[in-house]
Amino acid sequence: MIDVLYFAWVRERIGLPRERIETGAATVADLVEELRAREERYAAAFADLSSLRVALDQELSSFDAPLAGVREVAFFPPMTGG
Amino acid sequence: MRVDVQSAPFDLGFELAAFTAGVRGAGAVVSFTGLVRDEAGTLSGMEIEHYPGMTEKAIRGIAEEAARRWALADVLVIHRHGRLAPGEAIMMVATAAPHRGDAFAAAEYLMDYLKSRAPFWKKELGAGGEAWVAAKDSDEDALKRW
Repeated sequence: MIDVLYFAWVRERIGLPRERIETGAATVADLVEELRAREERYAAAFADLSSLRVALDQELSSFDAPLAGVREVAFFPPMTGG
Repeated sequence: MRVDVQSAPFDLGFELAAFTAGVRGAGAVVSFTGLVRDEAGTLSGMEIEHYPGMTEKAIRGIAEEAARRWALADVLVIHRHGRLAPGEAIMMVATAAPHRGDAFAAAEYLMDYLKSRAPFWKKELGAGGEAWVAAKDSDEDALKRW
């Protein structure tokens, strides 16, 4: 089981802030493919990966990163702090 | 080093005075404060979302890197989340160093990295509705100078 978190417009498009997912995905990209295939709202949120960022266990990562041992995956748009 | 992520407002004067009084061996303190713009009266406020846990870690990591690059006596970062009105302070950074060059450079570095590497997302609230603030290419380009 893995915790998947969504922030900002990704959260709004999918309609929930977090969920627990049972997945055999090897990489972040594989997980994205699984999510896209679920429902239209996921396909809409993950339509353009260049406009998304991913964090694994609260560290910025990349879509080709492996998921082995990861407990928390977060998807969000580029950050706008400061 | 102090990093505070909070929804409550902060007292800029008090924080800067306390930070300055607490540093030892510094000859310079530089501070920056970011405010909610009103965009010529078209904005009624701003909603700032963040990633609890990662936010604090990310800011601390950025501040630690600044402390490796420059001779700093201390660093303070306060960043708010939640709903803010135009004119309210969103965040502040303060750096203390033996000399002003390091304090200025470290403050700019902190701001450049907080902008695009700390997990905050701003949504502008206005008469015409609400809109997520898009990250700018120039924010990413700003990191290249470091």
